Amino acid sequence: MKPSPIGYVRATSLAHALDLLAEGDGEEKVLAGGQSLVASLNLRLIESPNLIDINGLDELRGIGVEGDVVRIGALTRHCELMASDVVARHVPILREAAPLIAHAAIRTRGTIGGSIANADPAAELPACVVALDATIVLASKAGGERRVKAAEFFLGLFETDRRDDELLIAIEVPTIKPGERQSIRELVRRSGDYALAGLALAGPADAPRLVFFGVGDAPVVAGNAMAVLAGGGSIDEAALALEGDLDPADDINGSAGYKKHISRVLLKRALSVDRQFEAA
Amino acid sequence: MTIALGNPDRPNSYIGRSVPRPNAGKLVAGAGRYVDDVVLPRMVHVAFLRSPHARARIEAIDVTAALEVPGVIRVFTGADIAEACTPWVAVLAHLKGLKSAPQHAVAVDHATWVGEPVAAVVADSRAAAEDGLAAIEASFDPLPVVVDMRSALDAGTPLIHPELGDNLTFQRLHEKGEIDAVFASAHKVVEARFKTGRHTGVCLEPRSILADYSRSEGQLTVYHSTQAPHMMQTVFAKHLDLPEAKVRVICGDVGGSYGIKVHVYPDEVATAAIAKIMGRPVKFVADRLESFASDIHARDHEIDGRIAVDETGRILALDIDDLTGIGPYSVYPRTSAIEGNQVVNLCGGPYDFQTYRARTTVVLQNKAPTCQYRAVGHPIATAVTEGLVDMAAEALGLDPVEIRRRNLVPDDAYPYTSAANMRFEGLSHHASLDKLLAMIDYDALRADQAEARKRGVHRGIGFASFIELTNPSPFMYGIGGARISAQDGCTVRMDPDGSVVAMSGVTEQGQGTEGMLAQIVAEGVGVPVSKVRIITGDTQTTPYGGGTWASRGAGIGGEAALQAGLALRENILVIAASMLQASPDALDVADGQVVDKATREARMPLEELGRIVYFRGDTLAKGLPRELVATRHYITSDYPFAFTNGVQASYLEVDVETGFIKLLKHWCVEDCGRVINPMLVDEQIRGGIVQGIGGALYEECVYDGEGQLLNANMADYLVPMAAEMPDMIIGHVETPTRESLLGAKGAGEAGTAGAPAAIMNAINDALRPLNARVTQMPFTPERILTALGTIPH
Repeated sequence: MKPSPIGYVRATSLAHALDLLAEGDGEEKVLAGGQSLVASLNLRLIESPNLIDINGLDELRGIGVEGDVVRIGALTRHCELMASDVVARHVPILREAAPLIAHAAIRTRGTIGGSIANADPAAELPACVVALDATIVLASKAGGERRVKAAEFFLGLFETDRRDDELLIAIEVPTIKPGERQSIRELVRRSGDYALAGLALAGPADAPRLVFFGVGDAPVVAGNAMAVLAGGGSIDEAALALEGDLDPADDINGSAGYKKHISRVLLKRALSVDRQFEAA
Repeated sequence: MTIALGNPDRPNSYIGRSVPRPNAGKLVAGAGRYVDDVVLPRMVHVAFLRSPHARARIEAIDVTAALEVPGVIRVFTGADIAEACTPWVAVLAHLKGLKSAPQHAVAVDHATWVGEPVAAVVADSRAAAEDGLAAIEASFDPLPVVVDMRSALDAGTPLIHPELGDNLTFQRLHEKGEIDAVFASAHKVVEARFKTGRHTGVCLEPRSILADYSRSEGQLTVYHSTQAPHMMQTVFAKHLDLPEAKVRVICGDVGGSYGIKVHVYPDEVATAAIAKIMGRPVKFVADRLESFASDIHARDHEIDGRIAVDETGRILALDIDDLTGIGPYSVYPRTSAIEGNQVVNLCGGPYDFQTYRARTTVVLQNKAPTCQYRAVGHPIATAVTEGLVDMAAEALGLDPVEIRRRNLVPDDAYPYTSAANMRFEGLSHHASLDKLLAMIDYDALRADQAEARKRGVHRGIGFASFIELTNPSPFMYGIGGARISAQDGCTVRMDPDGSVVAMSGVTEQGQGTEGMLAQIVAEGVGVPVSKVRIITGDTQTTPYGGGTWASRGAGIGGEAALQAGLALRENILVIAASMLQASPDALDVADGQVVDKATREARMPLEELGRIVYFRGDTLAKGLPRELVATRHYITSDYPFAFTNGVQASYLEVDVETGFIKLLKHWCVEDCGRVINPMLVDEQIRGGIVQGIGGALYEECVYDGEGQLLNANMADYLVPMAAEMPDMIIGHVETPTRESLLGAKGAGEAGTAGAPAAIMNAINDALRPLNARVTQMPFTPERILTALGTIPH
């Protein structure tokens, strides 16, 4: 298929981009890496959009650390996450997650801001930022900057708290602390596929935040399992508690029962084996 | 003239060597010329509205708004196309009882699968044509669908084509020996139900056609991504009411075909019809979504199998009941009964037994049509046979290698006629198995498996012996009335500079046909391979031939090329002998030189001979033949098919907690007769194994109960990818066919034929201590866990 006619403006500054969003009718699409958006255009899942290309905005680039917060610009490419020493040292889960995202060509173009704003429930980075208790930084012409906790940002299937006139400009992530651990694991039929189920965990080594992906409409915080661990329960008890946390749907990639089963396996494996990213 | 192909030290030898492909550089540089690269003056694009319903009456197609869309030039309904294009019925006389309904290029009254073309929009770009599609107001009256092949023949099931009387399109029963008596008295009988997943070929280059009709010349020229240009010439001529001589099919570079591109597709014929109606070039390139819904599918089979063995593990009898759903039409012109027919022909093929019953039942359903895809029927027959053989071994406490040893047709038993009445000229099952066992180091592999088992790691070893049907004679299609050529030809010409041009009726699909032909012609004539240019894929210039299918390119096209090359060498020597005042018998051609046969001393470069013949013919004797061109044709005649054989082994690991399978290694020993280019053959086999792995583990066209295809995209339809593929070790045993001088049989389908069975047997070997077994492909993680009882059925 070929896309329908597309409107296109290349933003020359952040202010310009916010102007364009403010002036729009809510149907604007922000073009960052384009790795989901362009495919949607080509499939005519999105018809005749007005694209605002933010790839020229240097103010949305870069990874910096200030105090105990790492700020990652929205235009940071997945391959840059993989190459960043700051990420490797302070947010190791992102270093570990980036290679799991699709394939090399896609990682070269795709951005962290795009992945989070797109809110694909099977994507790795939304689950990571929820597990990290990260803050999503949004900007608009009318309201200036607005900060939203990642856990409150994802509302549903491809649905977020971002308003039509807002641009996702950065993600702020707390650095890993002594006694904490971070890890991500997922089950994919083929390397680079969306996960049948995945688990991102971060926080205190004995009771980390557990966030599943690919098993719901958005990243799923496994509150019951976390409570079991926080109360000193065993790994097996935590895995059993997932029954109350996860309610995946049947789809052609697997039944709900299969996804729940492998989610339990992921949890057990992550908690019992996967300690390589524990802080010193 | 003959050639000592068995002597590796013979001069100017290319046959048997890994000569680089002459077209590889062009393709790697992105300089190939595919149909979509061809742009003609006044060219327009066509896109098709496809039925959103699996079965519906077409109530109305209102094109008014579509015609208003900028760029749209014309819109065609089924009735419009039917005025210029007759429908077809895909039956073959030798498949007795096969029936199908007339199929139109664009559906006229009824749509019968999701994806069937129901209207066509012609515009000045593909994008504008798609805009036009979106503006068509089509109304359908959805009808009850037939999706489950098990109930397709039930009394209450609707008839897809009421005029046929039922949904049964073909049935064949083959019986040999006293089957019921043998089963009744056998020491052990083992039975199982197998399923193979409906899947498709997923060519890198989708189906593509550019048809150009010149009204002034009455000439249709078709640039077509196809395997069989001459067959398509006939099809276009017949259904568009043109003389065959006024249809030219040109097939440039092709980005993979795998059998997908050897069939007649309604949208492609419609494109040619529109070109004829409009008198201008019309291009259609299938996109990925419509490829999934409109390319042929294959392998949608459920098979009940039984095997009877005696106390020593000898196979006494095999009983096979195959059921397959082929979609709403038998596919033109090769028909959709061939796959089931092959299951009957091939089950039990490697083994020495003579009591056999096999039935195939071919039913209609409202899904995409199925037809011949790489290794037609072989992966199904091999999986059923090898699955049953392993189960029999287990029942008897025999090693899977041992039961094969006791039953494979002995290497000295040929010629041999199988229980299915297939005739084998010469196979090497035991030599191939010996070679395979040495390659895999069987004892070490079993030791590794046992050691892993102690650690709770479940690994499995699976074997699959197989036969492969190659080099088909007219017994495959011609005797059934199809104008599909089993013979093929090659014309070889020497030009003044001593270079050689060869034109062949077999075609290049990206697999290396032209490379194979170049080295055969180079050796046949006696010139460096760099001096040979190959021309394929043009009905106007190449000798008439069948094209590329059923692993016939090397065995048939290659033999024609060798004979033509040798004939040209003889012609060269007649002229050279006259010029050098020698006897032709005392001379030879090697490395582009006329040489003394005995001493190999160079006597004259071919450039000099060319200069004299073409520019100073006055200096040659009057009446001396000056035929620096020779054509030869070849057809197999001693056997209906040249069967090959081989054996594969898979070593893999099953994660019994997740159901995931990790392929550790894969081996194949294969006997395609004379190996012309070892590298090309090995890579063909590897590519075939990968497609077999796709069928075993990943690929399945998933339909819901309404006949909607749920995974028509590259994210949800899983093709095998490099990262998950194991190392594949390839070995050869060479038993050349004595029918031809070249001695080559086909190699294109061996990998696909055996890989699914080897994988299935390896999985079941890994699961055996856990009392689990899988027989339904693809073996998804969920199916593994279901078999293990970890999650409910």
